[in-house]
Amino acid sequence: MKKVIVGNHAVSWGVALARTEVIAAYPITPQTQIVEELAEMCDDGRLAARFVKVESEHSAMAACIGASATGVRAFTATSSQGLLLMHELLHWAGLGRLPIVMADVNRAVAPGWNIWTDQNDTLAQRDTGWVQLYCENNQEVLDTTIQAFALAEKLSLPVMIVLDAFFLSHTSEPVDIPSPADVDAFLPPRNAALKLDTSDPHAFGALTTPAVYMEMRKRQQEAFDQVPEAYRLIDADWDRRFGRSWGAIESYRTEDADTVLVTSGTITSTSRYVINERRERGEKVGLVKIKMFRPFPTEPLRRALAGIPKVAVLDRNISPGHGGIFAEELRSALYDLPSSRRPRVDGYILGLGGRDVTPDVIGECLDATRGNQSSSSSREDLWVGVKP
Amino acid sequence: MTQIPLKEIMPHEEFLESGHLACPGCGASLSMRMVLKALGEKTVVALPACCWSIIAGPYPQSSLKLPLYHSAFETGASVASGIKAALLARGDTETTVVAWAGDGGTFDIGLQALSGAAERNEDILYVCYDNEAYMNTGIQRSSATPLGAWTTTTPGAHPEARPKKDILAILAAHRIPYAASATPAYPEDLLAKVRKAKATKGTRFLHLLAPCPPGWKTADDETIELARMAVRARIFPLLEIENGETWRITVDSPGDPIGPYLAKQGRFRHLKNEDIGAIQAQVDSRWKALQRRVAGS
Ligand SMILES: Cc1ncc(C[n+]2csc(CCOP(=O)(O)OP(=O)(O)O)c2C)c(N)n1
Ligand code: SF4
Ligand SMILES: [Mg+2]
Repeated sequence: MKKVIVGNHAVSWGVALARTEVIAAYPITPQTQIVEELAEMCDDGRLAARFVKVESEHSAMAACIGASATGVRAFTATSSQGLLLMHELLHWAGLGRLPIVMADVNRAVAPGWNIWTDQNDTLAQRDTGWVQLYCENNQEVLDTTIQAFALAEKLSLPVMIVLDAFFLSHTSEPVDIPSPADVDAFLPPRNAALKLDTSDPHAFGALTTPAVYMEMRKRQQEAFDQVPEAYRLIDADWDRRFGRSWGAIESYRTEDADTVLVTSGTITSTSRYVINERRERGEKVGLVKIKMFRPFPTEPLRRALAGIPKVAVLDRNISPGHGGIFAEELRSALYDLPSSRRPRVDGYILGLGGRDVTPDVIGECLDATRGNQSSSSSREDLWVGVKP
Repeated sequence: MTQIPLKEIMPHEEFLESGHLACPGCGASLSMRMVLKALGEKTVVALPACCWSIIAGPYPQSSLKLPLYHSAFETGASVASGIKAALLARGDTETTVVAWAGDGGTFDIGLQALSGAAERNEDILYVCYDNEAYMNTGIQRSSATPLGAWTTTTPGAHPEARPKKDILAILAAHRIPYAASATPAYPEDLLAKVRKAKATKGTRFLHLLAPCPPGWKTADDETIELARMAVRARIFPLLEIENGETWRITVDSPGDPIGPYLAKQGRFRHLKNEDIGAIQAQVDSRWKALQRRVAGS
């Protein structure tokens, strides 16, 4: 069934099709429509979930933790300040190995108040033990929401799906909505091996001494190591059933390219347009989209970018005192390629607080990287379109 | 009235193993032991950070024979809400979900989550064992610390200057179906209240006075005696409140002077006669206010 829906409702549809059992959420712009729609779905019987109307995002995540530990499928959604408020509990979910799925609508962080998109809210949660999947369009949002539950439950890891404020959250696009029966065949009900169960009582999260803590961390890391392959299989299964796949990364027109853009989120779609234009003019340019940010898809990126002379990373985020976060991660991923095959990586900071990233802005970055003949990476990212 | 021996009232089944990690004379472990006896095996416990995080034992051990979820300090009520929602989602209407928290996790950092759960009337039993300070971290004041008490953050010449927060009144103001105070020094009363709470639907709140020998600077064989003195001196009256409206005193507090109760505790050693007088005056005025509420309900 095709429907024209906003990105927020694509999340809601995914959550409903996944037959989520407990939802706990709190309103924040621009995420609110996700939970409003879910509340409607619970109310009119389209979804048989318990909806816990908590008094904060902090309690939303805490309730999801309790629910997930009891063995059910749990979901929440938030954005920006709400995600930051959850921070301590993201670690509880992460190291507690609870397969909670959360949607975050990427919104800039205050002060001053800003409701428009950038990635600093989610990237600030980088080390909390959540898989992070960034989406480019509403179809990808819906598909990824359902895939996220499969991935989370396969490896006992929480998964965050990320969509841009307004450019996706409030923009209507045609979305193919799979049938409930087809989704049921793809995603069986959750069957937790360990849970809070009075017939088989266990304690979870007890004092963990130096003698065992590191092993627990190592297992978490090992689970993350398995994510790229697990996601590849889940995505391939999805492709077989629904005729679409997304990939941890996607290479677009990178064959014989001398310069490649690296993007995430909706900047990717605008960049595709720029690449197509440039290709028509005979410029050898392409793009690599990063969907999976945690775990960082190091191997796929090395394969995709080895031998390409120049890479321009578009970062809609900033780690103050360091630079664009995707650029820094990419530099470290490519560092031990042989120098003859290692691209020069230029970083561009743009679009913060929702500032428009137009084809012209992207073209500027592309030209700057193509025109720069230096052979070594510049460690300083360029700020694009900033007024003096 | 014929007295029924306690051993006949108290269920024999134990859900707290010996070998737990509480200090000798710990009121918190005694409270848990008694409460679980009355709740039985169909119980799940959500446990935010507190002394009980230690008493329950380190991984891979557990001193409780029940499913137990250790959680963040401020999340007792919210984690319990999620557990309850999950049980209901899977059709289990029978299991009791307990949030078990200290006074810090209840009066202070967890109050928002507790207020949210109580306002929603979540079907959970929230038990606060009150040792009147942050004991896990080494005896710092909380908003449950009584007037005049020494703690490591109310040291020397500056003991606790504010009266104890009236947590029961706060919960009663949420119009929850059942709120009560109890202590292991009155086991019949405690058991009756836990049973009543178990049989009630919606948010139920129990406030338990749990003396703490190292934190109160008391002898470890005086825990029960101290809790009894607190009740008799009216500084910890035993109440139950239904729907926020019907207030009832369940065990008579004859009004023994407060002095001997304070004198037994090293945390009050610095008090002068006029300080004790001020505490007595506060106890008296709170008791009067309580009498009015009971009479008016
Ligand atoms: C967010 C957070 N802040 C602080 C702490 C440290 N902490 C752990 S237990 C505790 C005190 C608990 O006091 P209370 O709830 O009264 O329980 P008690 O230890 O007295 O039994 C504190 C401050 C923590 N675990 N988490
Ligand atoms: S410090 Fe107090 S509350 Fe904590 S275990 Fe010891 S006696 Fe019990
Ligand atoms: Mg305490």
